[in-house]
Amino acid sequence: MKIKVCRKEHFNAAHRLHNPAWDETTNQKVFGKCNNPYFHGHNYELIVEVVGEINPETGYVMDMKELSDIIKTHVTERFDHKNLNLEIDEFRNLNPTAENIAVVIWNILRKQINSQYELKIKLYETERNFVEYPA
Amino acid sequence: MVFVCRKEHFNAAHRLFNPSWSKEKNEEVFGICANEHYHGHNFELIVIVKGTPDEDTGCVIDLKKLSKLIHSEVIEKLDHKNINLEVDFMQGKIPSCENLVVAIWEILAPKIADIAYDPHARLHCIRLFETQNNFVEYYGEW
Repeated sequence: MKIKVCRKEHFNAAHRLHNPAWDETTNQKVFGKCNNPYFHGHNYELIVEVVGEINPETGYVMDMKELSDIIKTHVTERFDHKNLNLEIDEFRNLNPTAENIAVVIWNILRKQINSQYELKIKLYETERNFVEYPA
Repeated sequence: MVFVCRKEHFNAAHRLFNPSWSKEKNEEVFGICANEHYHGHNFELIVIVKGTPDEDTGCVIDLKKLSKLIHSEVIEKLDHKNINLEVDFMQGKIPSCENLVVAIWEILAPKIADIAYDPHARLHCIRLFETQNNFVEYYGEW
């Protein structure tokens, strides 16, 4: 019997959407105000979902404190109060859209969470806009 | 008296930084909020107007007009902007929530009576959420 356990975390960051292969006009047309060269920012809400069997000895899928520590160490402490474009290596050559941020976070956490568990990411950029990976 | 409230939001970058202090002093006081590359938030702004409902309309103020006023005077200047670098009414000020609510108050307060049904309606409160857990309120000078 599989069950999903979920941990919610937050980080606040600045970013801009920009494709360096395009000229200024195209970037402005496609990304609009999100292309602002001076950046803007969001309160991101990250939900990490782990799917697995319940361990009969603990009653847990995994220890949520352990999951929380992994997310904090590998994601939120790196991303919180940062400029995603300028300060996070993974976005040096990758546009920090909510989609790409979710995939980056999944790739980071996948290495830290035992492969016996399925891993899913929900990332809210605003209350109304959020992405899920894998779909 | 009735309090009429309008909620708006804007997403912006900022940093807390006092230019008269050293880098070390700024980091000591403002911590991660002083990051020279900025960070950002989804800000939620609540504007509260105090007044008496007008007999003809039953309303203190037309909320559509209030929304348009907040958008043109405040939201359009802040949304998807860098508050330190791009917002005219915050130049020379540290863009803390406290300084933001006072500046927003000063912009909106003189304009409320002009768009209200109640000629005596006035701005009562500016409430600004920086995160779900951190918010400030300003009621004008007492």
